[in-house]
Amino acid sequence: METKDWAIKVRNISKVYRLGVKDEMHDTLGKAFASFLKKPVQNLRKYRSLYRFDDIDVDNAETSEGREDILWALRDVSFDIRKGEVVGIIGTNGAGKSTLLKILSRITPPSRGEINIRGRVSSLLEVGTGFHQELTGRENVYLNGTILGMRKKEVDRKFDEIVEFSGVEAFLDTPVKRYSSGMRVRLAFAVAAHLEPEILIVDEVLAVGDVAFQRKCMNKMQEVGSHGRTVLFVSHSMPAITRMCERVILLDRGRVLCDGEPHRVVSAYVKGGRDNTAEKEWPDVSQAPGGEVVRLRALRLKNESGEVSDSHDIRCPIAVEIEFDVLQGGHVILPTFSIWNSEGINVCVAVDVDPEWRRVARPPGKYIATGIIPGNFLAEGAFTVNTTLWLQEPVRNCEYHVTDAVAFQVIDSLEGDSARGDYIGDLPGVTRPLLKWTTEYFQDNGSGVTKVAL
Amino acid sequence: MQETTIRPPKGWELINFKELREYRDLFYFLVWKDIKVMYAQTILGFGWAILQPLIQILLFTIIFGKVAKIPTDDIPYFLFSTLAIIPWTYMSSAMTLSGLSLISGQTMLGKIYFPRLIYPITPVLTKLVDFGISLIIILVVMIAYQVKPTAQLLYLPLFILMMMAVPAMVGLWLSSLSIRFRDVRFAMQFIIRMLMYTAPIVYSASSIPELYRFFYSLNPIVGVIEGFRASLLGLPIPWEYIVPGMVVCVIGLIGGALYFKRMERVIVDVI
Repeated sequence: METKDWAIKVRNISKVYRLGVKDEMHDTLGKAFASFLKKPVQNLRKYRSLYRFDDIDVDNAETSEGREDILWALRDVSFDIRKGEVVGIIGTNGAGKSTLLKILSRITPPSRGEINIRGRVSSLLEVGTGFHQELTGRENVYLNGTILGMRKKEVDRKFDEIVEFSGVEAFLDTPVKRYSSGMRVRLAFAVAAHLEPEILIVDEVLAVGDVAFQRKCMNKMQEVGSHGRTVLFVSHSMPAITRMCERVILLDRGRVLCDGEPHRVVSAYVKGGRDNTAEKEWPDVSQAPGGEVVRLRALRLKNESGEVSDSHDIRCPIAVEIEFDVLQGGHVILPTFSIWNSEGINVCVAVDVDPEWRRVARPPGKYIATGIIPGNFLAEGAFTVNTTLWLQEPVRNCEYHVTDAVAFQVIDSLEGDSARGDYIGDLPGVTRPLLKWTTEYFQDNGSGVTKVAL
Repeated sequence: MQETTIRPPKGWELINFKELREYRDLFYFLVWKDIKVMYAQTILGFGWAILQPLIQILLFTIIFGKVAKIPTDDIPYFLFSTLAIIPWTYMSSAMTLSGLSLISGQTMLGKIYFPRLIYPITPVLTKLVDFGISLIIILVVMIAYQVKPTAQLLYLPLFILMMMAVPAMVGLWLSSLSIRFRDVRFAMQFIIRMLMYTAPIVYSASSIPELYRFFYSLNPIVGVIEGFRASLLGLPIPWEYIVPGMVVCVIGLIGGALYFKRMERVIVDVI
């Protein structure tokens, strides 16, 4: 891909780290003493070698494969970002996201490769870096602003705006150490928000503050993005990523695994390497979860047309199928499942209440219990499903409890007929039901207020 | 629009003065912050810039001048020691702060980029304020001893420059070393003490046998202090004590800057 209006060009970037070498343990006092004497020499070698990579071939990551003290945080990463593009970077912990951002913001150099950047880069990852406790709010605005890369003249020009945005006018000449933590964060963010870089880097993982503050960050980002600036956004929130970014890059163990349209990349990420998270089967009965009475054989997620799918439209129902074998007849059983969101919140638990089998002892055989999650119920995001089966009579017992058996994501395609209506910003909440709304309209027609029928 | 290229650093690099200039506002605010913060919430404030060296001068006069009776080429000990301790106080405090600047700034180092050279250089400038204030002591003492200024005073700026070069040089080397070896933090006190006794602060340089004079004056602190004394007291400038130190300063500064630039690239990964 070669475009004229590029903002960032990343070519074959690799980054290698040398990990700390494990200290040996001593089992006798004599050995411990001997090593105490040898220690300075060992330490000198160890700390000298921390930054040297003469012993490995930097151009060829495979040659140092399997070495315990070498870590390739990034391997051969290449991509182009166009001017004005809003790009999300996702990946599990340790995938190399932070390293990539550190290299882009010049905090640490790459071991290999080349990056070209057009324009000034600023990062919102460091809200409040360099704030000094003893300085007043006013002084900190200047100090922090210049640390973030503004010239004094720029801070002068934006000073009033920054102060107004932060809402701490009354305390401008008070040392920051007397501020509440909320005030400090607001002031720090106000400074960062008024940078005008051509390229903005945001690491949400490091974003501090309460939900309201994080939302403010998000809105500011969206605003920045809409002004034709290039934004790089690292986040663990898949709804935020799919909503804000036009393009998503998925990193996995230092490599670019997937790069492209948000829904596709996010779904690749949610699958986490598995081909399909929407279906889990236990072909071998003896290995299947369960006891002597019941064994779980499969769990499936299906859409309205009956296809197994791990990506669901927010407006459409999702069928959860629990397939199990009853091996021993004569028990009243209770299949259940629960839904958990990416923040670890249990959204709901569903117990099979099918009247046909309620309080009825089941004969042996294969059963498929299906619970349907209605459309317009779950919020956007990634969810996992746990399933548990209870024996009700004659004895109460848990036959199996399987966590994270299947996973899926709920996507809002922003067509305007979901619960978010025409609002495209960030919407918190665990569920997002589409409510029935009514409005009454009153008009003052001179002789008093009367209700107007439309 | 500015275009930046990031690639793995190779070999030796010189200081990027152009980049440093772009960050001059930051430089200014960091120095200004250190000055503001230095005496925050103290009763005496900048009074400490006077009190600290003054107490040391008094102590040295009593111990080395009155008790040990160290010869000072017939200069009254109080005056003799004032002219050495004022520049020495500056050099030792700037050196300590500069040498430890990367360790104390490590949280910021990992979060934001600006030329790393700013870290060790800031204290060299910040401490000049203290030095400026403590010049009052020199002024008062010289009036008290009725020392009349002579044309030799014109050399003073040169020695002030040399006085700044010393902590800059030591700071560059020590801070680069401190990236990998935290031993610097513990060695600092000892290094400062050693430098103090190898320089003519409590004794006179003329008490060193002539045979060793050249090696002795390789220590640039010797030159700074001898220069201060000579130019302020209107004595002939003892170049033989000054030139070797100046050469060491220039070589040490260039070498230190090169070494710093080389170590700078691994700072965040190693510190």
